[in-house]
Amino acid sequence: MNILVCISKVPDTTTKIRFLSDASGLDTNGVTWIVNPSDEWYALVRALELKEAAGSGKVTIITVGGAEDDPIIRKALAVGADEAVRIDAPAHDAAFVAKQIAAWVKENPVDFILTGKETIDYNGSVMGGMLAAHLDVPYVALVEKLEKSGNTTHMHRDIGGGTEEVEVEGMFVASATKGLAEQRIPNMRGIMAARTKPIHVTAPVDAQPGVKFKNYSLPPEKGACKMIDPDNMDELVRLLNQEAKVL
Amino acid sequence: MATIVFVDSFKGHIKKSAFESLTYAKKAQPGQEIIALVAGDVPQDELEALGQYGASKVWHANGPAYQDFDSEIQGKTLAKAAEKANANLVILPFDHTGKSIAPIVAVAMNAGLVSGATSLPDTSNGFTVKVNVFSGKALAEVEVLTESKVITVNPNSIPVEKEEGAAQVESFDPGLNISPRVRVKAVHKNTDEIPLPEAERVVSAGRGLKGPENWGIVEDLAKTLDAATACSRPVSDIGWRPHHEHVGQTGITIRPNLYIAAGISGAIQHLAGVNGSKTIVVINTDPEAPFFKAADYGVVGDAFEVLPKLNEAVRKFKEASA
Ligand SMILES: Cc1cc2nc3c(=O)[nH]c(=O)nc-3n(C[C@H](O)[C@H](O)[C@H](O)COP(=O)(O)OP(=O)(O)OC[C@H]3O[C@@H](n4cnc5c(N)ncnc54)[C@H](O)[C@@H]3O)c2cc1C
Repeated sequence: MNILVCISKVPDTTTKIRFLSDASGLDTNGVTWIVNPSDEWYALVRALELKEAAGSGKVTIITVGGAEDDPIIRKALAVGADEAVRIDAPAHDAAFVAKQIAAWVKENPVDFILTGKETIDYNGSVMGGMLAAHLDVPYVALVEKLEKSGNTTHMHRDIGGGTEEVEVEGMFVASATKGLAEQRIPNMRGIMAARTKPIHVTAPVDAQPGVKFKNYSLPPEKGACKMIDPDNMDELVRLLNQEAKVL
Repeated sequence: MATIVFVDSFKGHIKKSAFESLTYAKKAQPGQEIIALVAGDVPQDELEALGQYGASKVWHANGPAYQDFDSEIQGKTLAKAAEKANANLVILPFDHTGKSIAPIVAVAMNAGLVSGATSLPDTSNGFTVKVNVFSGKALAEVEVLTESKVITVNPNSIPVEKEEGAAQVESFDPGLNISPRVRVKAVHKNTDEIPLPEAERVVSAGRGLKGPENWGIVEDLAKTLDAATACSRPVSDIGWRPHHEHVGQTGITIRPNLYIAAGISGAIQHLAGVNGSKTIVVINTDPEAPFFKAADYGVVGDAFEVLPKLNEAVRKFKEASA
């Protein structure tokens, strides 16, 4: 079983977000980078479980980015991926990344591809679907359960207010959401082994982004919190109705 | 030129997201024709009624290929509709369905995709749309660099506008010559009626509730308020509540009009997913809980006492105003 997992580098969840003075991008000073949680916790771990259950195969991680991504690639290798591919180009947008990964997959066939459900920086939920479209394979979004039997893959996907059970034959792209697997903390052996696992660096293909992010800003500060006496919930209801106008 | 709006249905009925998307389309390109694309079985009167939200035409794609949901069929059908209508803009909801289809439409149309718009496009200098980034910790503008554009609209970002009108319904065959490659074996609907991402009101609880057996008071208040229920990450991790209720940076991001949080401390990762809510009420025994800094209204008190009292007060209010 030859599985490809797409991973993305994102700021640690505790990061206090700040922008450059011209609002053109994130101020990365002092930011700690992590593997995007749903890529690591759900997509990667489920891929490893499936490989382990099959008793053979390979889990490859792929990302689009510069050499500054190597530390988070090593982190994913420490969790258990066998090898890594880094397409050496800035990740302009999801459309650009999908074109790069699609081009790589066309040269290096895999059995199926998992991504996280969204990244915690741009929250687009876009890349996996675009990748599937470029590769002309089915796309199953927001998968919370995935089992293989031969060429058939059984999945449960979250449809918002419910779950759908689906099946596909052969190659597909799925985006992983909570429930698919449990986070694995890398152990010392994994961390040591990751140091010598290969990171294949490849050149990008020619591709254009579809969008550009700019004029970043922080949300307006909240005013002071109004404290309400716990024995006077009528007052809270009155305020929600008359002041906040949400009742 | 026209705008194509994807209209989603569930079990044969049109979803609320469609009315938001249509209103968005009407305001995004005023005066431009709006065509609603509906796939699958939906009654004729519901199709015609889309005219009340600005659609002049409804293109109805129906048949075996649309019996079950397949993102590829839906995405390619939309792209064909856009081609036929000479549309430069396609609008979808930023929900589970829209997230499945929008990337496929965008690739088929070679269009730039804005995911999760919170504002109408600004065309004064190029074409830019506001979105939330860093799971709601910040905002940004997205400039679309392509001629054709696809936008998914964040739920609760635009108030629905309704007027008199009836759309002209035509059947639409995209001539795809492909059959679905994703086979749907079963669909399970959760018992809670209001899907969390679309809910206008949400009652959420955390570890302060002490155990899953205590969620009755949360559900009671939610029911009285017509609200959805949500929870913090540890609560879903330990299995007190289902995964789809987990809100926050690693769960889902929501922006209801009213978010009531009981027994949740307000960690940065939780706040990230909810601080786009219009009004936040926090109930916590600890006056120092960080959540109060992000709240509009705070109650320092025991959730086990405050939630039932609040429920009673809302019930009384609803009776009085009924
Ligand atoms: C990588 C990463 C990602 C994360 N992502 C998320 C995320 O997406 N969403 C999320 O929610 N968390 C997330 N977390 C976890 C987050 O850091 C907090 O640990 C979590 O939100 C705390 O949940 P809680 O508020 O329910 O519990 P606690 O922090 O234990 O808080 C319980 C609160 O209940 C109050 N309380 C106790 N008893 C009562 C009572 N009787 N009545 C009223 N109040 C009471 C206490 O004063 C306290 O404030 C993430 C953490 C990490 C490391």
